Amino acid sequence: MSSIIIDRRRNSKGKSTVNRERFMRRYRRQIQKAVNDAVNSRSITDTDSGEEITISRKSLSEPFFHHGEGGDRDQTHPGNKEFVTGDRFPKPKGGKGKGKGGGGGDASDSGEGLDDFAFQINRDEFLEYLFDDLELPNMVRKELKESSEFAFRRGGFTSAGAPDRLNVIRSLRGAHARRIALSGKDRKEIRALKRELREMEVSPDDTNEARAEEIKLRIKELNEKIKRLPFIDDFDLKFNNLIKVPLPSSSAVMFCVMDVSGSMTRDIKDMAKRFFFLLYMFLQRNYEKVEVVFIRHHAEAKECDEHDFFYARETGGTVVSSALTLARDIIDERYDPKKYNIYVAQASDGDNWEADSPKCSKVISEDMMKNLAYYAYVEITDRHHQNLWHEYKKLEQAHPDHFAMSHIKGPTDIYPVFRELFEKKEAMA
Amino acid sequence: MTKSAKAPLFTGSEWNFGLIESIDHEIARIAKEFGLDTYPNQIEVISSEQMLDAYASVGMPLMYNHWSFGKQFLANQGNYQRGQMGLAYEIVINSNPCISYLMEENSMTMQTLVIAHACYGHNSFFKGNYLFRAWTDADSIIDYLMFAKNYIAQCEEKYGIDAVEEILDAAHSLQSQGVNRYKRPVPLSADEEKHRQKEREEYIQRTLNDIWTTIPQKFRKEEKVEARFPADPEENILYFIEKHAPLLDTWQRELIRIVRKMAQYFYPQKQTKVMNEGWATFWHYTLMHELHDRGIITDGSMLEFLQSHTNVVFQPEFDDPRYSGLNPYTLGFNIFTDIKRICLDPTDEDKRWFPDFAGNQNWGEVLDYAMRNFKDESFILQYLSPKVMRDMRLFTIVSEEANNYLEVGAIHNDEGFRQLRQNLAAQYNLGNLEPNIQVYSVDAKGDRSMTLRHYRHKNCPLDNGSTNEILGHIQSLWGFDVRLESVDGEQVLETYSTSAKGGDSEAA
Repeated sequence: MSSIIIDRRRNSKGKSTVNRERFMRRYRRQIQKAVNDAVNSRSITDTDSGEEITISRKSLSEPFFHHGEGGDRDQTHPGNKEFVTGDRFPKPKGGKGKGKGGGGGDASDSGEGLDDFAFQINRDEFLEYLFDDLELPNMVRKELKESSEFAFRRGGFTSAGAPDRLNVIRSLRGAHARRIALSGKDRKEIRALKRELREMEVSPDDTNEARAEEIKLRIKELNEKIKRLPFIDDFDLKFNNLIKVPLPSSSAVMFCVMDVSGSMTRDIKDMAKRFFFLLYMFLQRNYEKVEVVFIRHHAEAKECDEHDFFYARETGGTVVSSALTLARDIIDERYDPKKYNIYVAQASDGDNWEADSPKCSKVISEDMMKNLAYYAYVEITDRHHQNLWHEYKKLEQAHPDHFAMSHIKGPTDIYPVFRELFEKKEAMA
Repeated sequence: MTKSAKAPLFTGSEWNFGLIESIDHEIARIAKEFGLDTYPNQIEVISSEQMLDAYASVGMPLMYNHWSFGKQFLANQGNYQRGQMGLAYEIVINSNPCISYLMEENSMTMQTLVIAHACYGHNSFFKGNYLFRAWTDADSIIDYLMFAKNYIAQCEEKYGIDAVEEILDAAHSLQSQGVNRYKRPVPLSADEEKHRQKEREEYIQRTLNDIWTTIPQKFRKEEKVEARFPADPEENILYFIEKHAPLLDTWQRELIRIVRKMAQYFYPQKQTKVMNEGWATFWHYTLMHELHDRGIITDGSMLEFLQSHTNVVFQPEFDDPRYSGLNPYTLGFNIFTDIKRICLDPTDEDKRWFPDFAGNQNWGEVLDYAMRNFKDESFILQYLSPKVMRDMRLFTIVSEEANNYLEVGAIHNDEGFRQLRQNLAAQYNLGNLEPNIQVYSVDAKGDRSMTLRHYRHKNCPLDNGSTNEILGHIQSLWGFDVRLESVDGEQVLETYSTSAKGGDSEAA
């Protein structure tokens, strides 16, 4: 009786994957909540790491019948040093003491420990939970209607085509089939003749030499006939067929527009940054390529890099339209709306030069809206709304599907507002 | 066999399959000389990730899917990655052939140790011990698991994951109440399961109706015959629900049955922790020494082995911060080792205590008998010797609810030995450890509510939080209200109930 030794290391390691998914599925709500909480505390530039999720252990208990505290218990322990029978001690307080307390030796592992259950999820899962139920506004329409690029995809075979698209396997298979089909009758005859010949050989006594010779000749003749069949015919040639399919635009560009005038404090900028960050992650998940254009403005607008965008401080008045016209010009110049899904996210504390707001509204609705997939405006302030907000309200009514605005008061609002802006709108159908 | 004529089989720490095969061969030969009777071995080398997987599915090579295994996996994975938990060197499954997992990270010495421990120690225990023989069918467990996994997967497809999960959650919470402690069960058999499952479906539905047709015959005046149902309290709650719950579909009953069968399969392991580990540890110790004596393994390996053996049988004392109860490896190993000593070299004390076998030079036979015919409780009661009690310096702490102090009970002296041994044995009696809860009655003619009774042992109450939660689970299976009375004798001390109405009775 010898043992069997098996190397299982090559077997899949993922045996627990399904169970892990079951677990995640069951606690979806809690995980989602933990993810939402995590967003606000997480470093903004950190898009690659997963997240540690913590769920209260209470909600995932697997109860079983067990004793509670109380009752009479004897517990036997090792390592006695100086105790003798009859020694007495006060009961430890709380009764849960594991040691010599007879109290709760077996109750302590009851799964009711109050510490939380923590585990890791990876980046993709993090994003999935983060953006669960969110949809990219107006993306579908963009893909189907306006795509101007085409790609060739393989689609079946044709019998005519350029030589470089010749499909050798198909062609030879066709030729082979044709040869089988055309030579069938002859080969059948050959088989019959050969059988006759073999029979003659088995019983050489009554062999008819003449007949044998005749058969051999006939076989040779037939074989030659078969050989004359062309190995490959025009008729056999098969070519890979290419069909033209419209290529949905898979790139997006996101314009981050932010007021950097003196009234924007560091806190407000941080909040704006978080909002932009969420949008960026969201777009990244939906498009192959996402470009980002940063436009900061006070009385005049400038395109800048990320660092300047968030950290440079300048003073001056506030003319929002300057940024919008700049964005418009950049779109005209660099981003063909047919190739890009264009998103604009604007963050501001709501300050604007009084007479400028109508102008903003005009630039957006007349020049930009037709090219945009979405325009999101967040106002980060705890004061009353000013003219820009009221002006934008009108825009929102005019373009309910492409324009959204929301109000953020504090850091905890950011994610809810983001969700609100991009929530799946079921009623839209 | 000439001693030390052999060159050692290996000198380095790297293992390979050839080495494992030859060392297994050597161990098998020595084990045979010692008379160990084992199932054939199937040794599987796995990686640490796979070990984590195996941990999560209660060590079984295949298991149905359930979120709790995923939770287990995440917890282990986290602990392992943070370095808070080492992995076991091996897992061994009570099956025929006996499957053992070896971790690829182990050194050759460790692989040798593990083979001796699992493939010959545990393996022979599984094959020999009466509980395993009576309760489990090593031949068909893998087939049964396959059946269970497929069946549950089909149910998930048919009725949805949530519906299946609900039943499994509820059934899992009653696992400890899913075994017959006293009645001898019919061993598992996968073929029959599959074959008879259809039949059973129909049969169950029929017998069910028999019970419930006696319910509300309109206004028929019957003299009150207090025929209680069930006639005798039923200890196997899962079984009772499977057979008698009025509203369950047949597939739901089948799921309960699967959980019940799994609980039954694991039940002997719960009852023989000390013996099983002690036996395996005793044998790896013996076999390793034998290998060394015969020159098959080197002094270096022996040192490595002894270090890890010492860790395995390390018993922190009660006042050590690492203390978390008695180490079953230590206790079991000490008892088995001492049996051998009593056989070979008995003292006068041993002769008084163990007249049956003290001085019986055939220690292998004595050990074999002990392994086959006992479970932890009876094994300790029978074989725990004064020397072991003295060496481990065992003592009992008595805690009574009425007193505000703890008292030292029996200790390791002549007056205390017998009492101490009884105390320790009782500590391994599952009947004492797990609450004794039985189905007491079902109000078949009324609201169909079910009453469970918890028979208190030493006045120990139930844990409130979990008890209420489980009642919720039972209610979801039973379909009607469930009450649980915690009783001492006939006196009801506490009542739990799923209905608000039932809650009042606590005051009554």
